[in-house]
Amino acid sequence: MSTLKPPVGPHDHVRGAPDAPITLVEYGDYECPHCGRAYWILKSLEEAMDDDLRFVFRNFPLSQVHPHALAAAHAAEAAGLQGRFWEMHDLLFENQEFLEGPHILQYALRCGLDLDRFARDVESEVVAAKVKADFLSGARSGVNGTPTFFVNGHRYDGSWEPGPFLAALNALRENVPDPPH
Amino acid sequence: MALEPGKHAPDFSLLATPDQRLGLRDFRRKPLALFFYPADWSPVCGDQVALYNELLPEFRKLGAELVGLSVDGAWCHLAFSKDRKLGYPLLSDFEPKGAVARAYDVYRPGEGVSERACFVIDGEGVIRWSYVSPIGVNPGADGFFEALENLKGKKA
Repeated sequence: MSTLKPPVGPHDHVRGAPDAPITLVEYGDYECPHCGRAYWILKSLEEAMDDDLRFVFRNFPLSQVHPHALAAAHAAEAAGLQGRFWEMHDLLFENQEFLEGPHILQYALRCGLDLDRFARDVESEVVAAKVKADFLSGARSGVNGTPTFFVNGHRYDGSWEPGPFLAALNALRENVPDPPH
Repeated sequence: MALEPGKHAPDFSLLATPDQRLGLRDFRRKPLALFFYPADWSPVCGDQVALYNELLPEFRKLGAELVGLSVDGAWCHLAFSKDRKLGYPLLSDFEPKGAVARAYDVYRPGEGVSERACFVIDGEGVIRWSYVSPIGVNPGADGFFEALENLKGKKA
């Protein structure tokens, strides 16, 4: 069974309750239409599960088939350096047909970023290394296309249509004991 | 049941392009990562063939050659390979159909295609790792990398 390597840690972008019983990790590509569709499904899951779910995104740009994917991943990470990863992440997925340089700059503006710093950061070694590290961790974890999901550390091969995905996560939720208080 | 580690990998000579054949002996002295897959033109982004193409530099870093194999014809492979800009060969197990898949014990006679099966074959032609994934599940590349690393570790 393919397992997440490395586990979720301080290097990750995480949203949702830190002590949620279910951790859902997506390896995704901002230009992948399946990931674009999954984006809305994930939003509905986060809403439905509330504090029971924490969501993590790792980059897996398929640059050979999606020419804008790598630059988009760099943009999200660069926004992350100014504490606006999720804002950029959402804008990229909500506008995934528009990922040219000028579009990305628009999104950076809408995220309230310092544009000079953003322009430097998207080109930086740090950002490139982060995206590369995500990609390689995906390869090691058994990512098999985009999106690939890991639920509590194990690759999820089931359907990610909203109904079955929510049912699978809820079923798992039943089996995770509440943390002692 | 796919051929198991320790067995000699059955030799083959298959069309890699409409006018060029490749065989096991062409990969001697280097580990070979060989994968059987059901068919060209699977309709998802980053399917197995495209995924491995993205990961080709990682296979090379581990000193391995990568080869895909299905029952599709050489012309079909050519078109598919061009479309996906593949940097590694696809072999055509077309005539007699599925003969190599049968030799590796990964043929599905009902459907007339091979399993989704992965093999790591060392430089001496011995199978060092094999894995058959459920037909609908793309196995990813983690198994390959682990097997290739183990092989490297043993040699060093």
